[in-house]
Amino acid sequence: MNDQKNLLSIKNLTIHYKTGGNIVHAVDNLDLDLGHGETLGFVGETGAGKTTTALGIMGLIPNPPGKIINGQVFFKGEDLLKKKHKEMRSIRGKEIAMIFQDPMTSLDPVMNVGDQIAEMIRIHEQITKDKALEKAEVMLETVGIRKDRSKDYPHQFSGGMKQRVGIAIALACNPKLIIADEPTTALDVTIQAQVLELMKSLKEKYDTSMILITHDLGIVAEICDKVAIMYAGNVVEYSDKNSLYLNPLHPYTNGLFQSIPDIEKDVDKLNTIKGLAPDPTNLPKGCTFHPRCPKALPVCSEKKPDNVMVEPNHYVKCFLYN
Amino acid sequence: MIKYILRRLLFFIPVILGVIFIVFTLLHITPGDPAKIILGQGATPESVQALRQEMGLNKPFLVQFFIYLRDLIIHQDIGISYVTKMPVMVSILGCLPYTFKLALASIFVGIIFGIPTGIISAVKQYSIFDNVTMVLALIGLSMPVFWLGLLLIILFSVQLGWLPASGFDSFKSMILPSLALGSQSVAMFARMTRSSMLEIIRQDYIRTIRAKGQKEIVITIMHTLRNSLIPIITIVGVQFGTLLGGALLTESVFSIPGIGRLMVDSIKTRDYPVVQGGVLIIAIFVCIVNLIVDIIYGFVDPRIKSQYV
Repeated sequence: MNDQKNLLSIKNLTIHYKTGGNIVHAVDNLDLDLGHGETLGFVGETGAGKTTTALGIMGLIPNPPGKIINGQVFFKGEDLLKKKHKEMRSIRGKEIAMIFQDPMTSLDPVMNVGDQIAEMIRIHEQITKDKALEKAEVMLETVGIRKDRSKDYPHQFSGGMKQRVGIAIALACNPKLIIADEPTTALDVTIQAQVLELMKSLKEKYDTSMILITHDLGIVAEICDKVAIMYAGNVVEYSDKNSLYLNPLHPYTNGLFQSIPDIEKDVDKLNTIKGLAPDPTNLPKGCTFHPRCPKALPVCSEKKPDNVMVEPNHYVKCFLYN
Repeated sequence: MIKYILRRLLFFIPVILGVIFIVFTLLHITPGDPAKIILGQGATPESVQALRQEMGLNKPFLVQFFIYLRDLIIHQDIGISYVTKMPVMVSILGCLPYTFKLALASIFVGIIFGIPTGIISAVKQYSIFDNVTMVLALIGLSMPVFWLGLLLIILFSVQLGWLPASGFDSFKSMILPSLALGSQSVAMFARMTRSSMLEIIRQDYIRTIRAKGQKEIVITIMHTLRNSLIPIITIVGVQFGTLLGGALLTESVFSIPGIGRLMVDSIKTRDYPVVQGGVLIIAIFVCIVNLIVDIIYGFVDPRIKSQYV
């Protein structure tokens, strides 16, 4: 079942949230693979289930209201969902680390940044507090912050600097996999480029794999090896980056590409995908995209499409390619 | 920080002057003449008039006020009691240790029972523990202190004979009053800790720490509680200030000669100097407690400390 050559392999992952009397199908039967040293771009609209998938891998789904209903998450060949709390704690941070979306709210406001990095190190390594602080200072310099600022608190840093601290925390124990959840969404465009460049170079330096959650196809083109397009809790297209950008298959993927504005052209109205993302408490029958799909077939509203390999390393869930 | 403290100490002056002025005015417009009360029912108008002259009560209001201020500032003298003829300071200093010990002990009871209860309630929100303790806290807040005090006396002093029913000199005699008066603090602190913790538990940075692989107990104490402390410290400070003003009901039930009883007795006999002196001392203490609370804020939250310049 599990694939040894993959670092991470997710099978049939289903995650629900209960809100009031409704069940939100946040992640629905999701499959995903990630090889050693690869960077996977995880693309989709807000609410597609990207963050939930990430938290599912980390075992951090808030329960209640969230619950992993079904599936397996193989990491280095072992199913993380079967791990005990204690085992999972030693994986979090050490093996899989996460960089969060909003640096403004993701750091403890009453602890200085040096201590926050050192905390990560001391959880996973048996070293003294002073040694951990020394290592924390080295990490700060690695992400481009002077080490004499380690005694400063988060409110004394700018957004971009805070995200660098977040990156330093994530990399502190040299994890095998980093999950970066929209790490640049909350930042200015110029700072975005710096932070991305930093992440890219550190990822190469430490030889880690990375899942980059984003809705920016430009970022994906810049640093990812593989891309998974997510729609309504499911991966609809999964491919090598080049193959996807040269030959996008799924109508949703095409819609995403068409909605990127062209800087050369003068248009009155930007291209959009018609309609709204479906209500996750009441997903459409069959292919979840069919109500918005310009190429929908009669079968699309009846059956769920299977994963089809169209080219090597290029999979799509769509009846057009059956 | 030092500059901040000095500036805050300067602010004490207008606050305390204001307190003195308000109390002075209130006593002045209260019906009842101290001279008449001192001389009793059968006093002649002439003797009352003579005594008023002697006590300086005939002078205009503002003149009386400035004489009081002059004595206070230049001679550090807050007067002589009309009733006991003893210096006011002596009566107040006699009561203060009791009030101080009672306030401190019941705050202590509140902290050691209230805060842990609040923490567990927050971490196990909607559990049986949470529901039961929050109902108990509501009862604790609603139950009059004197009633709880009487119940405690009936059980522990009368029935079981374990603890004394009155006095406040030995450790044993301190237990019942502290529990009775502290029960409100326990309930208040538990509710405040719970609601403050619940707000922090859902913050993004708590998730960040969980993503580091930190143990839940460490997350709760070192991060969630630490970030929840500001409202808890605030309410502890407010409660401590209130208790320093004397806890009349508890003092009456357990026959403790505290400042609450001194004040009420003095108001009844129109013993103006004692009332004024008492309010002055209480106001100074409340100011000091507030200052200490503000200083603690700075240590708990670096964002507040950075404003203390």
